[in-house]
Amino acid sequence: MIARIARALGPEVPALLGFLALVIAVFGLVSPRFLTAGNFASIAFQLPELGLLTLAMMIPIVSGGLNLAIIYTANMAGLTLAWVLQAHGGPEAPAWAFALGTMAALAVGAAAGGLSGAVIAFTGAHPILVTLAMMIFLRGLGEYLTRGGDISGFPPFLAAIGHGTAFGLPVPLLIFGLAAFAWHLMLGRMRHGFSVYMIGSNPAAARYSGLNVRRTLVLLYTLSGLMCAIAGILMLTRFNSVRVGHGEALLLVTVLACFLGGVDPFGGFGRVLPVVIALFILQALSSGLNLLGANQHLATAVWGLFLIGVMVLRHLFGRWPFRRRKGN
Amino acid sequence: MTDPAPPPAIALSRVSKTFGGVRALDDVAFEVRQGEVHCLAGENGCGKSTLIKIITGVYTPEPGAEIRYFGERMEAVTPEAARRAGIAVIWQDLALFPEMSVAENIAFETLLGPRPRLVRHARLRSVAEAALAELGVRLDLDARLRTLPIAERQIVAIARALTHEARVLFMDEPTSSLTQAETDRLLAIVRRLASRGVAVVFVSHRLAEGLDVAERVTVLRDGRLVGVHPTAGMTQSRLTELMTGKTFDAAVTARDLPGAPVVLEVRGLTRPGEFEDVSLTVRAGEVVGLTGLIGAGRTELCHALFGMTRPAAGSIRLLGREVRFRSNRDAVAAGIAYVPEDRLSLGLIQPQSIADNTVITVLPRISGPSGLISPALKDRLVAHWIAELAIKIGTPADAVSTLSGGNQQRVVLAKWLATEPKLLILDSPTVGVDVGARAGIFRIVRGLADRGLAILMVSDEVPEVYFNADRVLHMAGGRIVREYDPRAIALPVLEEAVYG
Repeated sequence: MIARIARALGPEVPALLGFLALVIAVFGLVSPRFLTAGNFASIAFQLPELGLLTLAMMIPIVSGGLNLAIIYTANMAGLTLAWVLQAHGGPEAPAWAFALGTMAALAVGAAAGGLSGAVIAFTGAHPILVTLAMMIFLRGLGEYLTRGGDISGFPPFLAAIGHGTAFGLPVPLLIFGLAAFAWHLMLGRMRHGFSVYMIGSNPAAARYSGLNVRRTLVLLYTLSGLMCAIAGILMLTRFNSVRVGHGEALLLVTVLACFLGGVDPFGGFGRVLPVVIALFILQALSSGLNLLGANQHLATAVWGLFLIGVMVLRHLFGRWPFRRRKGN
Repeated sequence: MTDPAPPPAIALSRVSKTFGGVRALDDVAFEVRQGEVHCLAGENGCGKSTLIKIITGVYTPEPGAEIRYFGERMEAVTPEAARRAGIAVIWQDLALFPEMSVAENIAFETLLGPRPRLVRHARLRSVAEAALAELGVRLDLDARLRTLPIAERQIVAIARALTHEARVLFMDEPTSSLTQAETDRLLAIVRRLASRGVAVVFVSHRLAEGLDVAERVTVLRDGRLVGVHPTAGMTQSRLTELMTGKTFDAAVTARDLPGAPVVLEVRGLTRPGEFEDVSLTVRAGEVVGLTGLIGAGRTELCHALFGMTRPAAGSIRLLGREVRFRSNRDAVAAGIAYVPEDRLSLGLIQPQSIADNTVITVLPRISGPSGLISPALKDRLVAHWIAELAIKIGTPADAVSTLSGGNQQRVVLAKWLATEPKLLILDSPTVGVDVGARAGIFRIVRGLADRGLAILMVSDEVPEVYFNADRVLHMAGGRIVREYDPRAIALPVLEEAVYG
């Protein structure tokens, strides 16, 4: 039984849970406010933003690529929603306008991802270059359309998404949980996920085996863009405003969260569950430092140091294998 | 022999080495004379590489071993000592710099030193030129290495070894990716080196070359010395027996299949620059061998039959119906399976698991009604094929790269047989597979044919198709030049016709 659970969790999970326990224990001892309901609630509200963006980054990495456009894709999707809401009365916009705007935002996100994916699939250009170009395009376009400013003034009912709770849990956390479960199912059990892993290890051999490599690439970048759009919509409801550059600093943090969660930087391997635990570790670190009075920039610096430490530990022990993914 | 005989270039005795409980070498002796061409033969895992690494100081043997270089007893062999004694190894991967020029690759060590200094291009070129001249070869010194064919890269590697006065040269599988003409050129270079007093140790799977060029052969099996034999009077089949400890009865297995339905019928297939006007048929239960030199267009023809490229003219009929494939997925759906020549990078996805590599071609069949992959269906399918083809594995979750060449090739066969094909195309199915394991692969192939599968088997080793096919097609210059019945022709005649 224990062996079966251990197999289902995979080799990285116990070590990551140990890290999480260590972080919680240290901050719990140092700060009296760390082990409080209020702090856990703030972690639960903050984590989904980084979490959804990390999921958007994760599948391209597993496929052997990268999506550098995630932040601006998310914000373009947020802007799309914002414009639809503004066109229908701004703060007085009805619920159907929100539904319409959400559809439009998801479409924009999927289109941005799909375009990157198509270029990667059909030209064979490197994903870093293609998504870098997409990132610059979206940033420039967004800044031109908003003149670099914010859009705000949305209907109050959006607070029920960004700040509300349902079933006793924060709504953003529920959205993240659903998204993570969908990703888990896709990578572990769906043919598309299977193809993503195989292409991540060796696209030529995958093609010789009869997999549709191009379709898989287009689809996976489309899904990455879709996940960005969900993140963008959530960010809009949480901050009640949208700006093109919002969350720029998170781009590389999502890459590191993937690596901390055991995703192989060269593609082909990586599971959702360890990545989710890695996100909790990063969020607990940042929240703990915040409670100790460190500012946000110092917290970012500590994230960086922490990740360097993890790489060194991995090397020293060499027992924390990258190359595992499924429990079954 | 006249006295005083020069001491042997390398003499080892009582060499043993254990890795984590596995006895890689057990009381092995090995001797190479000065200026001799020596063949080191044995199957994968027999200890050849370990022996070379002990000679070159990469590994330390267990106490009690005696190692002499040119008669001088070495207390501790280090890579530096081996280099000073003039012992060089050219590994199969060559270890060259693909983006650098030929001259830089040959002579880059003249640039090395304790302090930074400017590159002296003139000296670099003259050193490289001298090394190539010694080999009797002319190459463009300024060409980027990656633009050269493998055979010429190998010559560059040999020339590099000569720049630091190699007196014993180990060559690891030097001919495995060369054509016959390139091999002949390499063997000529080897003889030339030997005549200048450089001892060459040939480590090769391909037994014919070893016997052709070497004076003596040392055979290892399972880490033990089987024996040292003069190559005069030694035959390939005798050497195979020594290497594997088994006897293989090579006999022509060709049969007639008059009534069998035609599965594949190709008429006038053409793709300019690759192959011209190719016509052939393969019947159910028939093994058709396709042989010819590298560059004859064999693999290109396979790619077109598998839907990976589009022919410019001609027709392909499968079970009487004309087919046109837009991609290899169409070909798979129509019942064609293709085992590519390059198993390492195209046949399998090396880092992924044995299980995933087996089911990759049949994902819809292991999906449940929900469309999700069913772990139970997957496990059952994988277990079935592992048992069916007697694949030796640890667990199905292990990376396929952990398997030996022969077992990897069985996984490739499994993944394609799982698609229940009507036509199986095997492109050089025994490349990198041990002699002993080859027989196993051919037994499987024959068994599949007996059950009615049509098989097109490509190989540049004429004996393989001669002994294992029902008919042999000879391809040259993109055309099928002739068809042979193995029962009506002797092997040497066929080899002469193909290798010319």
